[in-house]
Amino acid sequence: MKNFIKNKPKPFKNPYFAGAILGVVLFSAYALTHSGLGASGAISRIHVALAKLISQSHVDVIGTFALMGAGETNPLDHASVFLLIGTFAGGMISAWYNGRLKLEIFKGPQISNLQRLIFALLGGIIMGYGARFARGCTSGQALSGGAVLSLGSWAFMFSVFIGGYAVAYFVRRLWAEPYRS
Amino acid sequence: MLPIDVIAVLGKFGGYAVFVLIGIGFGVSLELAGFGDSRRLAAQFYLKDMTVLKTMFTAIIVAAILIFLSAAIGILDFSQISVTQTFLWPGIVGGLIMGVGFIVGGYCPGTSLVSVASLKIDGLFFLIGTVLGAGFFGESLPAFEDFWNSSFTERYLLSDWLGWSIGATLFAVTLMALVMFYGAEKTEEFFRTKGKDLSWSWKITKRSYVYGAAALVVSASLVWFIGQPDPVRKWSLMENKYSGQLASRDVFIHPLEYVKTYNDASIKLVTLDLRSDSEFKTFHLSGSENTKPEDILVPKFIAPLVQLPAQGVVVLIADNDSVSTLAWKYLKVQGVSNVYILENGLHDWNTLFGGKTVSGKTFNLDSPPAEVLQLFPKDAFTPKIKISTKKRSGGLCS
Repeated sequence: MKNFIKNKPKPFKNPYFAGAILGVVLFSAYALTHSGLGASGAISRIHVALAKLISQSHVDVIGTFALMGAGETNPLDHASVFLLIGTFAGGMISAWYNGRLKLEIFKGPQISNLQRLIFALLGGIIMGYGARFARGCTSGQALSGGAVLSLGSWAFMFSVFIGGYAVAYFVRRLWAEPYRS
Repeated sequence: MLPIDVIAVLGKFGGYAVFVLIGIGFGVSLELAGFGDSRRLAAQFYLKDMTVLKTMFTAIIVAAILIFLSAAIGILDFSQISVTQTFLWPGIVGGLIMGVGFIVGGYCPGTSLVSVASLKIDGLFFLIGTVLGAGFFGESLPAFEDFWNSSFTERYLLSDWLGWSIGATLFAVTLMALVMFYGAEKTEEFFRTKGKDLSWSWKITKRSYVYGAAALVVSASLVWFIGQPDPVRKWSLMENKYSGQLASRDVFIHPLEYVKTYNDASIKLVTLDLRSDSEFKTFHLSGSENTKPEDILVPKFIAPLVQLPAQGVVVLIADNDSVSTLAWKYLKVQGVSNVYILENGLHDWNTLFGGKTVSGKTFNLDSPPAEVLQLFPKDAFTPKIKISTKKRSGGLCS
């Protein structure tokens, strides 16, 4: 609370320490629920729930949508959605506790706020598309699959890094001089 | 024994509450690592700040050691842990696309959520983007659905691919991660923006890094040394869980139910005939495989059975109950679902089906057609086969 009032963010935790905590959380997820962590599954459930508001018949004909929300099925009645709610709450609690709960836009210093938001949306679209293509996001596929030594997850993980490094040079203006805080 | 199915134990609402708690842990650890900040995530790709790599691989190694160590000492049944299905090439292509989205947008789905939770507007735009992207994917899928469903394996581990034991693989992966951490530290030193010192809230001395690394190596070698339990040891650990099904004879199916299943096109039936070579040659059911009881303990032999689709059923045939129940036990603890035993082996087969005709014609005794069932009263057998619909594969992300 003191930090929040002072509004001076605490430094982040040591990455290995944060990783070890994440590893223990991941292990408990497996031990208590059979499966690991993830976010993109719930995100596409939210998408299907929104699509249902607009057109139920459309949801019924698209294969991957129908699996989650055909007819009377409530796409949000799924454990992954509750995991997502928890992730959101956890992020908020930690940000508040560490004085990082602040309305702002993170961007490289060379671009405007509007440019940043456009690229964030674009990147999000590409990410959302790729996450369905790969059947999972970085947390679900790479992290959870990686921990149970799934071959596909390891191949996936390296291809995410390769994809990022391959394009990084061309979009360097977006991030040049990152994190000068 | 772990894993627990919280939804089965606590009911839907209690179970969902546990998911919320796990989510909170997930969100907190992502936030603590600084994953709510797109600049920090993007810096990974300019080699200035390797937090993503360090945190992710530490998490993977720690979780993997905990999982396989628990399995080695017998408190966790790894065969019940859901392993993300492998669709190798779609996964690689999707991963490349995601890498591009990552560097353009600055987040991945999980981290954008944490970013939104800490009120970052760029995170919100990214998150909206992922919802739209998931939509575009569903709309465009018909164009390449065959590719999307290609190169599939149900449960395929790094260790299967390498042909190593899980312990050896884990050990190698741990060493690899430590080498990568060392490389990451050196890279950061080299590329770090001048005049910008990375400060952590926990100053960790060089010596504690070495201790941490040593602890990981020692635990990984312990997993390797103890080894994953073989079926015999697993049965002694898990006897309580399954022996009830044998005692109540719930897994013994009547020959008529076998015929029904055999003729059901929606079921993938695997019949293992555990009798001797000579008996098998004299007479066996069509499609059955002659299997030596000791093969049940061979991992290579079991692999395809573990990977059977949800509607796969395995039926065992043996001369006597002791052979078939032993095989049943070992299959069960190795994670083969839907395993049944043909009641009394083939001893009743001839008396039941010999001399019977369907529409005036005789049929092959080794493959009675479905119509045979009509020659018997409806209550001639109690159906026992229940296809377990529990999805063991596919995590929360699919």
